[in-house]
Amino acid sequence: MTKEGLQKLYEKLKDDANNIIKKAESKPRVLVGTATCGVAAGALKIRDNFLQEIKSKSLDVDVVEVGCMGHCYAEPLAVIDKPGYPPVCYGYLDDGLVHRLVEDFLGGDDPSYEYALAALERNDVFPTFEDFPRGVYEQKLILENCGFIDARSIESYISRDGYSALVKALNESPEWVLDEIKKANLRGRGGAGFPAGIKWEACIKAGGNEKYVICNADEGDPGAFMDRSVLESDPHLVIEGMILCAFAIGAEKGYLYIRAEYPRAVSHVEDAIRQARDKGLLGSSILGSGFSFDLEVFQGSGAFVCGEATALVNSMEGKMGMPESRPPRLASHGYRGKPTVLNNVKTFAYVPMIISRGADWFKEIGTAESPGTAVFSLVGKVNNTGLVEVPMGTTLRQLIYDVGDGLPNNREFKAVQIGGPSGGCLPEKSLDVPIDFDSLHDAGAIMGSGGLVVMDQDDCMVSVSRYFLEFTQHESCGKCTFCRIGTKHLLDILTDITKGEGDSDTLQRLEELAEDVRDGSLCNLGKTAPNPILTTLRYFRDEYKAHIEEGRCPALVCRDLILYFIEPPKCSKLCNVCVGSCPTEAIFTREDGLKEIDQEKCVKCDNCLKACPTEYNAVVKLSPPVLPPEKEKKTK
Amino acid sequence: MSDTVKFTIDEQAVEAKKGEKLLWAALKNDIYIPHLCAIKEEKRPNASCRLCFVEIEGIPNPVTSCTMNVEEGIVVKTRSPQVDRLLKTAFELLISDHNLKCSQCPANRKCALQKIAKERGLKLRQKRFKTITRDYEIDDSPDEFAFDRSRCVLCGQCVWADREKAKVGAIGFTKRGINRVVTTFEEVPLAESICTQCMLCVEACPVGALYYK
Ligand SMILES: Cc1cc2nc3c(=O)[nH]c(=O)nc-3n(C[C@H](O)[C@H](O)[C@H](O)COP(=O)(O)O)c2cc1C
Repeated sequence: MTKEGLQKLYEKLKDDANNIIKKAESKPRVLVGTATCGVAAGALKIRDNFLQEIKSKSLDVDVVEVGCMGHCYAEPLAVIDKPGYPPVCYGYLDDGLVHRLVEDFLGGDDPSYEYALAALERNDVFPTFEDFPRGVYEQKLILENCGFIDARSIESYISRDGYSALVKALNESPEWVLDEIKKANLRGRGGAGFPAGIKWEACIKAGGNEKYVICNADEGDPGAFMDRSVLESDPHLVIEGMILCAFAIGAEKGYLYIRAEYPRAVSHVEDAIRQARDKGLLGSSILGSGFSFDLEVFQGSGAFVCGEATALVNSMEGKMGMPESRPPRLASHGYRGKPTVLNNVKTFAYVPMIISRGADWFKEIGTAESPGTAVFSLVGKVNNTGLVEVPMGTTLRQLIYDVGDGLPNNREFKAVQIGGPSGGCLPEKSLDVPIDFDSLHDAGAIMGSGGLVVMDQDDCMVSVSRYFLEFTQHESCGKCTFCRIGTKHLLDILTDITKGEGDSDTLQRLEELAEDVRDGSLCNLGKTAPNPILTTLRYFRDEYKAHIEEGRCPALVCRDLILYFIEPPKCSKLCNVCVGSCPTEAIFTREDGLKEIDQEKCVKCDNCLKACPTEYNAVVKLSPPVLPPEKEKKTK
Repeated sequence: MSDTVKFTIDEQAVEAKKGEKLLWAALKNDIYIPHLCAIKEEKRPNASCRLCFVEIEGIPNPVTSCTMNVEEGIVVKTRSPQVDRLLKTAFELLISDHNLKCSQCPANRKCALQKIAKERGLKLRQKRFKTITRDYEIDDSPDEFAFDRSRCVLCGQCVWADREKAKVGAIGFTKRGINRVVTTFEEVPLAESICTQCMLCVEACPVGALYYK
């Protein structure tokens, strides 16, 4: 096929897509965000509501499902795109608001701007997301289409120039594609930041004519959901990236390893693969170029360690999902013993835009050593939870305070946990660290897969590291000594500390074992598992000491180190909500009518503290768990 | 001779076949490096016991000698403060999860753990970590041998012997993490499994987990 022929073929695909999209967009449309985050917030009911209301008013409006727009805090969300108006996004939807939008906007001409979050296109009447304070810092590359296109329609992807990078590459050569990726210094987004171009090149050099491309969509970190969102919201972007990789390295077969707990991602990707095949974009002789490549979804069984490269390949081969020592690397000995490229979902998602817009364009974004953007799932004590994408080099402070709009109720920042169970906790003084692979590593954290949890004074750092250790210890495959037995002892020591147990050697014992597990383990699960401990010891050692030396949990979290107490001067004779809230009947009414907690019966469930009306706020937690003498006297 | 390489281990000149793993080259030259899980014939080293650390000049951290190919001119040290520290921790982790009643153990004085302790001046006792207690039952269903999991170090030597030498496949690893064990399919007693009682696994066990009655 000649260059012109290819170009023509693509033009035809694009014309067809444009016609379909234009036709669809000539009608008013409601785009409901139904990625897993939206569904969890009730988006499917909202979708049905729209359908019902539209039907009952006999309006000619299409209801389309789109992916995640990144504003998960305002879910359920929908965009109304009505010809003659800028497309407008509405959040916090409920039945009443749906009714009103259908009646006043779709049925009438009042866009109800008072309920709108933002417009999606610049206009004279209503601000866009870019006009938000966070818009200054956000730069959406791989999330550009997420939430704004119909993930189940290849036409919406093609009409936005989708698959044009593939056509460009087919007109150039595999070497040219590799060269662009290398020049762009695209680093792997699965955690370690290894340069993708170097990996691809090693795979080419390994020789042979049977090669594989695998996309790692195991995403096992608790709290991380970026890969899921990208696959659910813009599957063709990842597919195109994989095809480009296959073209560069000469592979004919690829797999997307998606965890089985992501059914929507699996079904969207499978649909997308089918559509791409129908259009000749996958399969034998893609667009008549002679280059053949096909894709399949492999559903992972869910163990965290299966996200590790060698364990992932073992599990695909039907063996136990356990890591192997490396070398040999996958690039020479991968799936079925053949040269294999394994990259993360996001890594592949950058590939089409690098090929379309060029390595130089990509390198302009972010920092010299870490070009491009970073995608985070921002969660915890922060106002704007959700998916965010910022250029590398943005500081943690900008991310938390400008993009995330700070902590709710002006609470005081304490720490930020980055990189999930393999990551670390950084304190206030690290907030000006720029977000890039190397700076985060130096600070003791890792980019990881992009989970970012903001914590305040109510979070106990010992409990936090215990939480992550409990996760890794549970997910250890048990193959190697350090991870199998070492993480167990680390967890036991941490558990003791949360109970105030330990002596003057405990912290040293903990730290040394943590270092040895890091240095001695077989795979990166064990090597990185101690990170939460090592960073909290580095930045919050006093908090550990308070537990051991004073039996005190400064954040008032560790149950064995706190007690609940009703302050008599604040308690009211006229109220007894707390009595009813107590599951163990530990609260009784004293002779003077005030309430008191029988410490013997109290199970520290926190119910009374939540139940006590805010005008009194009489229930407090005390640590160490001893009643102050003067208070004790008063209560007697 | 292009298929051999020359290098030094603890300042001793050593010659080895290209592609050989460092651990086996050392052992052949009577240089002891602690190990439990290494199997010479295995193509991809198991590398799970994490005992055979050495230092190689130019590589910042200790590496497992079972996974390192010998190379011309490398300078290897079997001892260093870092190596000793990792070995001591790995060893103490293993014995924190091991039935330490040596005097009642059939492998007493032949045990690989005792050998490591003797060679490296380690104690067969540790106080750093809590002892992990197990309530495994001894499987004494075979006619001539028995299996006591409380002494198993999960090295995999028996599994290899069963699969690759005896070609039976009666035993394997199951469960994950701290619960990982060697057992039969569906965890039935050995005598009820497809085990042929050839006893190659007993011969392979470096400790007293599989033993003659
Ligand atoms: C325990 C463990 C879990 C991992 N889980 C994932 C995962 O869910 N997704 C992922 O892309 N990489 C994961 N990785 C990293 C992979 O081993 C591998 O480095 C990555 O997929 C390579 O892709 P990249 O170069 O594009 O980052 C994990 C690593 C470890 C040690």
